[in-house]
Amino acid sequence: MFARGLRPLSAVTVALLVGAFALVFFYAPNDADQGFIQKIFYLHVPLAIVALCGFLAGGWFGVRYLRTRDRAHDLRAYVAIHLSLILAVAALVTGSIWAKAAWGHWWVWDEPTLVSFLIVFLLYACYQPLRFSIEDPERQARTASVFAIVAGAFVPLNFTAVRLAESFSHPRVLSATGGSMPGDMRITFLVALAAMACLFMTLWKYELTSKQASMQLRALKRRLAADDDPWVPARRSAAPQQL
Amino acid sequence: MPALPLDDAGPYVAAAYLVFLALVLIYVAIMAGKLARLQRELGELTELAERRDRARHEAADGEPVSP
Repeated sequence: MFARGLRPLSAVTVALLVGAFALVFFYAPNDADQGFIQKIFYLHVPLAIVALCGFLAGGWFGVRYLRTRDRAHDLRAYVAIHLSLILAVAALVTGSIWAKAAWGHWWVWDEPTLVSFLIVFLLYACYQPLRFSIEDPERQARTASVFAIVAGAFVPLNFTAVRLAESFSHPRVLSATGGSMPGDMRITFLVALAAMACLFMTLWKYELTSKQASMQLRALKRRLAADDDPWVPARRSAAPQQL
Repeated sequence: MPALPLDDAGPYVAAAYLVFLALVLIYVAIMAGKLARLQRELGELTELAERRDRARHEAADGEPVSP
């Protein structure tokens, strides 16, 4: 169900990632203000954008779960948020490395962009403990979906609030004027963004496929073992256990 | 702030890209571990199915079937 198109998607992802990194280091010019350190942005900004989109996707699948009660949507939401958290960690770490080089500090607490992203990250960091705390699978999926929707609505609100903030020192990459990037830098950035989006999609489908295979195996094991051992205890987990 | 010279900026850029690479590799390693577990469970299931087949044959023939 989830593995369809995984092979071509993986090939496209590898090609785009290699192409993006080649463009970053051999095609895009050094930034006039920041110099070579600006190369981090081709990694950091796509990571942050794709992570936020993944959180939104989690909310979207939460809505679909509540409308249809199809467990597959709960699984999709779970994996999307799980992967987005990993990308968000990468965005925070790469951002801190850039901040140390550009501002001389690993973290600046009065910068709205950084703090708001950290708040979103910490909000979603509660998602897995919340799931784990609920044993009943139906209630777990329902509560997690409501959480994903509410937190998902918080993402664009947060984004808008940061844009409206009057004082910030964090550079703007995407703006109404196109972020004042010259053409070759913009092409590189867009390829890097596409590569990161494809990487997210590939890992998302990969993990969904793996989880589905694991669920099918567990179900089969229960059926086959029924004669010998009628009681096979279900392992408590934050992840959905059945479709 | 003035642009850092290449010698100073290089390690920061390398560190950022290495963090990304490390995270992807850790993820792939975890997925490989899960795949190995799936393979092991599949082996257990195959063994269980074979055992059940043997038991069914024994019951049908009324005499033990050599493994």
